[in-house]
Amino acid sequence: MTDASMDKIARATPAPMARRIRGLSDRTIAWIFVAPSIFLLLAVNIFPLIWTIRLSFTDYRVNRPNREAEWVGLENYQRILSDSGIWSTMQATAHFLIWTIVLQVLIGFALAYLINMKFRGNDLWTTIIVLPMMLSPAVVGNFWTFLYQPQIGLFNYVIAFFTGADPASFSMIGDVNLAPWAIIIADTWMWTPFVMLICLAGLRSIPDSIYEAAECDRASKWRQFWTLTIPMALPFLMLAVLFRGIENFKMFDLVVQLTGGGPGNTTTLTSIDLKREAFERWRTGYSSAYAVILFVTVFGLASIYVKALTKVKER
Amino acid sequence: MNGFLKELLRLRRGAWEMVASTLIALGVIMLMQPFVMELFTYSFIVTLIGTVMFVIVSHFAE
Repeated sequence: MTDASMDKIARATPAPMARRIRGLSDRTIAWIFVAPSIFLLLAVNIFPLIWTIRLSFTDYRVNRPNREAEWVGLENYQRILSDSGIWSTMQATAHFLIWTIVLQVLIGFALAYLINMKFRGNDLWTTIIVLPMMLSPAVVGNFWTFLYQPQIGLFNYVIAFFTGADPASFSMIGDVNLAPWAIIIADTWMWTPFVMLICLAGLRSIPDSIYEAAECDRASKWRQFWTLTIPMALPFLMLAVLFRGIENFKMFDLVVQLTGGGPGNTTTLTSIDLKREAFERWRTGYSSAYAVILFVTVFGLASIYVKALTKVKER
Repeated sequence: MNGFLKELLRLRRGAWEMVASTLIALGVIMLMQPFVMELFTYSFIVTLIGTVMFVIVSHFAE
């Protein structure tokens, strides 16, 4: 802003307000600017969290607002942590989490490595690869439902082409053993581009001079990959794992659209189970305790992960 | 091992963060393992202790 325009604004400020502003210290002005953000943070994040923790010790039901909620102490936590149904939900979530992260990191890094080798049509391929993550999870869930159809689904035909099995002989969504893999494949298809983008940023941040020096020392491509590329891209890989880990722990929309948690409870992830407890069975206190358990787990994991990430960056 | 114990006694951040991280990891493994129900039952308390400890000890001196 030029001096002339600043003078103009200063002259336009009413005299009483100008006097008041002149009387404020830098610290006060800084607080005035920060206060709306702090207020929003408290209102949107901190207050609901504290309220949820409070509700987790009661038998409150949101569909009976006029009924007085009773303080039940740790009963909700005891019930959740001795429920075999929730235990199996945790295992389903762990299976989903581990396999999606492994597949997304491996495929995402491989794609980033290929895209990083400059070739003709490089930008076009990047755009095509990135398309799935721009779609809505509901849309992805819907069209993967069609792809998995035993009668008309393309997926079954591709598998049949390679294995020789009858396309209608298996159902990815309806089979207890295949359904967990159906959601893993769909999530991997959708979110591998995200991991690829993060890895690509990591690979592009490695200066060419390091590879040139390694070639002068006659290091093979294989050795360059393991001693230069991987260690220097490691912080980015870890960041990708952190983001995908937290997101997939909360995975809801894609799985609901694709399998609805079925068949049986084989693809019922914790977030789906939590939603059922809170908004189908209306056990608000119980589901609050469930949410607190998930929150502490994700918070703890994220804490150690961020620490590990900082250590890797410091190396 | 001796150095690690000394660091613990001197309330050094590195050693205590290691203890807290181990507790959190142990708690998460207990939460998601498919073998013993009792481990699942006690998983939350282990994770909670680890997480609270991590928040506290991250303010200790290096």
